[in-house]
Amino acid sequence: MKFKKWLGLIVLFLFTLCAESKSVHVAVAANFSNTMKSLVKEFEKTSDYQIALSFGSSGKFYAQIKQGAPYELFFSADQAKPDALEKDGLVIANSRFTYAIGRLALWSARPDFVNKIETKLKQGAFNKLALANPKLAPYGAAALEVLTSLALIDTTQSNWVMGENIAQTYQFVSSGNADLGFIALSQLLGKNTLQQGSYWLVPNIMHHPIKQDVVLLRSAKKNQGAKAFLDFMQTNRAQHIIAEYGYLASNSLNVEHEL
Amino acid sequence: MSLTDGDMATIWLTLRLATTVTILLLIFATPVAWWLATTKSWFKGPMSAIVALPLVLPPTVLGFYLLLAMGPNGAIGQFTQALGLGTLPFTFWGLVVASMVYSLPFVVQPIQNSIEAIGNRPLEAAATLGAGPIDRFFTVVLPLAKPGFMTATILGFAHTVGEFGIVLMIGGSIPGETRVVSVQIYDHVEALEYAQAHALSGVMIVFSFVVLLMLYTFQRKRKAVGMTYGR
Repeated sequence: MKFKKWLGLIVLFLFTLCAESKSVHVAVAANFSNTMKSLVKEFEKTSDYQIALSFGSSGKFYAQIKQGAPYELFFSADQAKPDALEKDGLVIANSRFTYAIGRLALWSARPDFVNKIETKLKQGAFNKLALANPKLAPYGAAALEVLTSLALIDTTQSNWVMGENIAQTYQFVSSGNADLGFIALSQLLGKNTLQQGSYWLVPNIMHHPIKQDVVLLRSAKKNQGAKAFLDFMQTNRAQHIIAEYGYLASNSLNVEHEL
Repeated sequence: MSLTDGDMATIWLTLRLATTVTILLLIFATPVAWWLATTKSWFKGPMSAIVALPLVLPPTVLGFYLLLAMGPNGAIGQFTQALGLGTLPFTFWGLVVASMVYSLPFVVQPIQNSIEAIGNRPLEAAATLGAGPIDRFFTVVLPLAKPGFMTATILGFAHTVGEFGIVLMIGGSIPGETRVVSVQIYDHVEALEYAQAHALSGVMIVFSFVVLLMLYTFQRKRKAVGMTYGR
């Protein structure tokens, strides 16, 4: 009688263990969050694996992974952090590849800035210019390169406000506190995003390509789900979604597709 | 342990912010605490809840709403613009306002507790001796509630120094203006500059310990009522 009572609990417990092993923990750089949600939706249509997403800045994830955070996959906003993790021996060999190349956009939520974004920047006709901290975020570093190539560093510097990542930079502009902001194009595109204002797509030649790498972490050695998701990332289907959100083609599959 | 010039600048800015906030809060919180301690109004409950809200709300929630409210389309933003002050986010005074909200309960509650502990009798005695309300406040309430004010000062100051979430949301990390110590530590960690993060964090830990030690040593000496805050 007593045993029967416990049996239910034990079965429940075993069940949760099974459910646990089916899920994949994925750390995702903030700029890729919209895109990743669409990708996961697509992936889960045809797969039993559950993807548990965490969004944040790559630097924080790097620190957490070094201290044993239980992520199986890490989608960084740059190449430096996956590279460092590789050197730390925390990555499964040969798992790293570039999943997306980011595009930088200068965005304004002000209706009267439509079609005038580039001019407004060059004239200095704005209150604040938001950018992600160049020291921390690759999109911030790219923004700095653009300002350098336009010779606008000295004239605009006193009007900079810096977000600690690209999501916060977006917030500064969307709340109307900054007239202009350098953000990721992917934050503005995609089906579910409500558009405000307008943007200037910064020409690629004005900054180094924002290559974003993914790695399979050592804790994923036995996790088939993580591998399945990584394979999915290289399919045409996934690459199509990534391109839809404004990223450039990254792997050979997509290069063929583009040609 | 070596601090760069940038680190030192954040320390000075943090101290300047905490000092400004503490002084303004003592001025602003004292009437509030006095009212809460003495009122019999039905509004005491709701008012106490409002004062205590920052204790419960995540700083990101406060920061997000302050960013919206102080922005050009928000109520506070429209008010400050009408006054010709511009908008508050990304400025030192924006941080001051935000920190005052955030640290409000830490200043109001100790003062309120110590005023309540005085009770009516000393005030009535003073009144029969002919002291007016203002006289009573400065000659009776202030000296008797001094421990509460001391606690409020220390807690308000320390809590502002330790603030992070709100500053991150509305600060914009501008050197010398809004980049305080906690944000600087965060930036160091994010940039993988762990040695510098350690140095600055070490300073913060020593500072926090000394402040709390002061508080509790002071409390033991006084054995005052209303001083058990934070235990």
